[in-house]
Amino acid sequence: MTPLEFVLIAFGISVGAGLLGALLGLGGGVIVIPVLVLLLKVDIRYAIGASIVSVIATSSGAAAAYVRERMTNLRLAMFLEVATASGALTGAYVAGVVNARWLHLVFGAILALSSVAMLRGGGGGLGRNVAPDSLADRLRLHGSYFDEALGREVEYRVTRTRLGFALMYVAGIVSGLLGIGSGILKVPAMDLAMRMPMKASTATSNFMIGVTAGAGAGVYFMRGDIQPFVAAPVAAGVLLGAMVGARLLGRAPGWLVRRVFVVVLLWVSVEMFVKGLRG
Amino acid sequence: MRSAERSERPGAGAVERLLSGLLRTGVVASLSVVVFGTIVTFVHHPGYLKLPPALKGFTQAGAPCPSTFREVAVGIGQFRGQAIVAAGLLLLIATPVLRVAVSMVAFACRKDRIFLAITLTVLLMMVLPFVLGRVGL
Repeated sequence: MTPLEFVLIAFGISVGAGLLGALLGLGGGVIVIPVLVLLLKVDIRYAIGASIVSVIATSSGAAAAYVRERMTNLRLAMFLEVATASGALTGAYVAGVVNARWLHLVFGAILALSSVAMLRGGGGGLGRNVAPDSLADRLRLHGSYFDEALGREVEYRVTRTRLGFALMYVAGIVSGLLGIGSGILKVPAMDLAMRMPMKASTATSNFMIGVTAGAGAGVYFMRGDIQPFVAAPVAAGVLLGAMVGARLLGRAPGWLVRRVFVVVLLWVSVEMFVKGLRG
Repeated sequence: MRSAERSERPGAGAVERLLSGLLRTGVVASLSVVVFGTIVTFVHHPGYLKLPPALKGFTQAGAPCPSTFREVAVGIGQFRGQAIVAAGLLLLIATPVLRVAVSMVAFACRKDRIFLAITLTVLLMMVLPFVLGRVGL
């Protein structure tokens, strides 16, 4: 493979990963990293570096659309970013010290748990009665969004803010460690723990991912792990896919997003286990 | 037309539009620089179009790449493709940092002290790696 072929193939794969990532509220990194390492034989450190940069592009590109369409809960996002950014810094610095094998196993377990929880979670997720939460009231974290499938404004209240905050710190650590957006953890933290509607969770997760990945990317850049030759096609490709995906999300019904999301969660968790066991 | 209807809905504030525009501009500008740098690299090194062994130097451990502001600046001065790509990637990393800075100003204007403190904390954490430099392994 010549360098030109490498750049073109990496670009094509990244377009597909970005499309899928935007539709599911993932950064696309979970798809890009295994493909770069297994198919294109890229050093895992550079794959993670390229992924974390591409995650910023995906998140920012899709978030621009979500924010304009007011699906994002900006106040909640900014509040939870304190947790995700500090987690990302922790994870990115720890990444240089911990054995990646165990990280993959732990990550696979977290993903499997998340997918089971998603299957059990209440259907639709609209107009749910939630327990009052004084912190959410004080910080005015409740919100609303316009649901295209229903054709009306959906108002919601968030609950269990402290639990959500703690889960976001964990999501940030995973993001910094593995160079992924970890929307796979952020969405359940809002959808299941804080009882937010799925679509608002997905849009808000995507918005926060840019800041989470940005904090981690700084660490990777200064460490010399962001290799321009790998990161350039991945970032450009993922962005292109994400732009197309962001246009489709507003019209996809909630249950479809949810089911696709569950299948992807299970598939990625198996991939992670296998990777960890092989070492 | 769809977007025109949306922006007229109550609550679609100026901050939302500003953030949306900032994110899009940052991504488009940085990715343009990245693509331009990639083209410059291939123009400078025609051998990359047909030399398989050259690839190893970029995708395997220990490959040299610009990782400090000084290296990027010097490389741009020499019109090196890799340095231009690195500058574009730094611009991309700066986009969410700017987004947080804009939000911080918006909260300051509204005299929302709690959220001013929240966004300032996030901003400081994002700048921290660049202040600390290369740390650890």
